[in-house]
Amino acid sequence: MDAVRDLASKKAAVIFTRSSCCMCHSIKTLFYELGASPAIHELDHDANGREIERALRAQGYGSVPAVFIGGRYVGSAKDVISLHVDGSLKQMLMDAKAIWF
Amino acid sequence: MADASPRTDISTDADTDEKNQRFDRGQSTALVAFDSSDRSSDRSKDKMDQKTLRRLAQNREAARKSRLRKKAYVQQLESSRLKLTQLEQELQRARQQGIFISSSGDQAHSMSGNGAMAFDVEYARWLEDHSRQINELRSAVNSHASDTELRIIVDGIMAHYDEIFRLKSNAAKADVFHLLSGMWKTPAERCFLWLGGFRSSELLKLLVNQLEPLTEQQILGIGNLQQSSQQAEDALSQGMEALQQSLADTLSSGSLGSSGSSGNVANYMGQMAMAMGKLGTLEGFIRQADNLRQQTLQQMHRILTTRQSARALLAIHDYFSRLRALSSLWLARPRE
Repeated sequence: MDAVRDLASKKAAVIFTRSSCCMCHSIKTLFYELGASPAIHELDHDANGREIERALRAQGYGSVPAVFIGGRYVGSAKDVISLHVDGSLKQMLMDAKAIWF
Repeated sequence: MADASPRTDISTDADTDEKNQRFDRGQSTALVAFDSSDRSSDRSKDKMDQKTLRRLAQNREAARKSRLRKKAYVQQLESSRLKLTQLEQELQRARQQGIFISSSGDQAHSMSGNGAMAFDVEYARWLEDHSRQINELRSAVNSHASDTELRIIVDGIMAHYDEIFRLKSNAAKADVFHLLSGMWKTPAERCFLWLGGFRSSELLKLLVNQLEPLTEQQILGIGNLQQSSQQAEDALSQGMEALQQSLADTLSSGSLGSSGSSGNVANYMGQMAMAMGKLGTLEGFIRQADNLRQQTLQQMHRILTTRQSARALLAIHDYFSRLRALSSLWLARPRE
């Protein structure tokens, strides 16, 4: 979990993905669309990938994409979309200084 | 039923049999003349021959009838067998089209076929219930019912929308391709199909003009909602495109390799396994598309007043109702 927390706090928006996961591609696209530049960690190409994946699962965070904003776990695809629809996602990104407007 | 060949006649006693043999042998000498001294014995011989002849003829007739009966029976068996095969094929075809048929065997196969038809039935029922609720709402609005009364009906309709998304979620597990195909919708609705349903962003565009007057905050809220749903739709569409590309890449790689046949088989199986994994992620996309639809409806409900929500729900229903009517007209149109 330390590895996860460490990486998650390094940037305002952090997304753990897998290169083969197309839903991850969707969430990344959404973040780019909003003007955020999230740090992307592809677990299947990352040296600590397996450890991070284990840590994520241990926390009950489910699978990829795993989204962190301002160092805090936000959720998976479903959570991100729900938060975007009610305007919370944009607010979170602004609070974390990931975007400015 | 004793079998009788054309050559031997059925006999009931040994004497007759013997006589038959003698008669058969005697065929070639049928034109033997009898001299007058044997005339009395000839007559008795004649009588015996007459009886014998009659019995033999009867035997032949019985045998013939027996053969005909057997032929008829066998033919009946054959046609029954053919009919059985046809019925089995029809049953198989019907199962594949999703018609619910309980079976003694292969329950698993009939289940996958059931998913599509079961959903179609559930959706039809949902539409009926929805129309009923909408009519209730319409008469409440027209009779100037209080906000409290309206809220009860509106909340009921919103909860009922949750129900269709739940049904679609189950259907996506059972048969994602049926949902994606849009065959559960009418043709004109299918025109606008996006990831197994309607586009929330388009729906909001339709509503904006019909919901006036809106407060500044509401205009902003609806505007943001429209933009958010549009962005989410685009994101999901791009993910789908990536999936299609990935699937195409998987299926098109490494054909006609120069390696040995065992290598090719292993490659093929590996490709198929990977492609299967990718197909499996389709369900996730439909699920998120429906999630988007559901969240958009709920957010819209939050932004609007009860009365505005009522008008919005009526407008949405009327729009889709017209699309369905258009489909009916289209299907019934006169053709050359």
